[in-house]
Amino acid sequence: MPAGDVQDLQSRSQRRPDAGAAPALIAPGQTFRSITDQICGFILTRKSPLLWWAALAFGMLLSLNLLTVVTLILYRGVGLYGIQIPVAWGFAITNFVWWIGIGHAGTLISAFLLLMNQGWRNSINRFAEAMTIFAVMCAGMFPIMHLGRPWIFYWLIPYPNTMTVQPQFRSPLVWDIFAVSTYFTVSLLFWYLGMIPDLATLRDKAKSRWAQRFYGIACWGWRGASRHWRLHETASLLLAGLATPLVLSVHTVVSFDFTISILPGWHSTIFPPYFVAGAIFSGFAMVLVLAIPIRSVYHLDNLLTERHLNNCAKLMLATGLIVAYTYALEPFTSWYSGDTFEMFMVHNRATGPYAWAFWGVIACNVAIPQLLWRRSFRVRPKRLFFVSIVILYGMWLERYMIIVTALHRDFLPSSWANFVATVTDNALLYGSIGLFVLLFALFVRFLPMISMYEVRELLPFPSPAGGSKK
Amino acid sequence: MSGRPYGILAEFGGPSELLHAAEQLRGRRYSAMEVYTPYPMEEIEDIIPAKNSLPAMVFAGGLVGAITAWTMQTYIAIWDFPINVGGRPLYSWPSFIVILFELTVLFAAITAFAGCLSLASLPRPHHPVFNVDRFKAATQDGFFLCVEARDPLFDARRTREAIEELDPAGVWELQE
Repeated sequence: MPAGDVQDLQSRSQRRPDAGAAPALIAPGQTFRSITDQICGFILTRKSPLLWWAALAFGMLLSLNLLTVVTLILYRGVGLYGIQIPVAWGFAITNFVWWIGIGHAGTLISAFLLLMNQGWRNSINRFAEAMTIFAVMCAGMFPIMHLGRPWIFYWLIPYPNTMTVQPQFRSPLVWDIFAVSTYFTVSLLFWYLGMIPDLATLRDKAKSRWAQRFYGIACWGWRGASRHWRLHETASLLLAGLATPLVLSVHTVVSFDFTISILPGWHSTIFPPYFVAGAIFSGFAMVLVLAIPIRSVYHLDNLLTERHLNNCAKLMLATGLIVAYTYALEPFTSWYSGDTFEMFMVHNRATGPYAWAFWGVIACNVAIPQLLWRRSFRVRPKRLFFVSIVILYGMWLERYMIIVTALHRDFLPSSWANFVATVTDNALLYGSIGLFVLLFALFVRFLPMISMYEVRELLPFPSPAGGSKK
Repeated sequence: MSGRPYGILAEFGGPSELLHAAEQLRGRRYSAMEVYTPYPMEEIEDIIPAKNSLPAMVFAGGLVGAITAWTMQTYIAIWDFPINVGGRPLYSWPSFIVILFELTVLFAAITAFAGCLSLASLPRPHHPVFNVDRFKAATQDGFFLCVEARDPLFDARRTREAIEELDPAGVWELQE
């Protein structure tokens, strides 16, 4: 190549992607070394902050509670739940839909925003993906714990067996098994693949023999060769391309659990997009609920800037408006259908015994998120944290409302009954929150919570004084 | 260590210096080169080209997943365990679409992960470049280039001189 091309290459290497936008994304004055030291420091050198210990203790206590409750349910059976006909689905399915929805924002950030070339995702994608994996783990537990005999849940998976029976492939419950397990596997592979270069950094930064071995094995002997990077980039893009339709399919399949039935309030074509939008809505709320304390405790304001909070809040507002639109559309379609049962369901939902849930949903998911139109609620951490918590609660309540209000008044008035949650129901929900907090605390302590190599891509390299010259 | 030369490793001050050096060595007809960087540098692909068969592998993996899902569901629903639901056809393919999609994605994703590592010849916990203590910087802020001994033009003395002309921050001779 002639010298002119070399010049061109050099100038291209100076113009790192998003170099112009770097000041807003990453605070000025950051170098490769400072970023690496900062993120590795959480794991290798620094003592953990008090809030981390508090989160660990909280998570461990509630996880112990979860173990106890699960043991009790395995021993005594699902009669410990508040469910009874006609409300056969109670907290367990509510929690399942809630948790799996939370996971969606992580995949959206890691996969969809990667395909869209959104550089700002680079410093939040790692822990958003971790959130996805832990949320799906919590979610996956509930359908199993909701089975009459949880220990034979594997009968839902087709395999040659001596009973000569097979699952029913026309059932959305079987689709669900495939959708959720595929989602978990693909998210895990994507997360781990993205972490390999950072695990190699930890291997090279680690001082203790134990840590060197652990991270050395976990990074598969990564050495940053261009051949490796090329394959890594290709695999990441392909996984992102696969995960993007997957994330839309998962909550669609979850919504099929409802829509394939003939129940008023469930049997509706609006459900798949409604569920997906709600999932992303609650997922971004969880991303912010995790990011805001981590940002302040670990002093990550240089990497998680106002712009990240602002962007997440805007996405939350946008998906929240889609959710609000479907809330408005539901009464319209039931009125337009002219179906007595449909219209009764809408009326009963707003005025019946669960009216508090309906109006709570409207307040939490429609009214309060409108605060996000104001910039101060998008960039001031405490205010944004408050709105996010409200949305998380509202989205849980929404799933509770969908399940219970549709079931408690079925076609036969003689079988009408109300649902009252028991101690077991509550303990299982709080236990799953504890498990999530515990897993997340361990993740923050032992794995790089911010993708170092992707943050490096956003940084201009101040050559030749970048600190690498001896 | 067998004492056979593996190649000559050099560190450069930054990404542009590294690209410049790779370009110069390429101009001298060295072909067996590899660079080691702390983040993916797309620019290097023009200098060190390599074919990438991962997309084709992933496509094949997805295809295998789709065929598996369709075959499994059709076989079970029609022959292995037919269920008559109100006289509806046994081959009710629209209800097979969901699992067909899921298994396509699952097989393709597993192929992408396993293919990436196997094409990169990983896991490989030991490698000649790891013998250089300074190489630890390659995963942090160091930019390295290695001319490998399998290059037909490789000559321990002359290659080293060629690299030293390019103002590296350090040069090391590697042995297998």
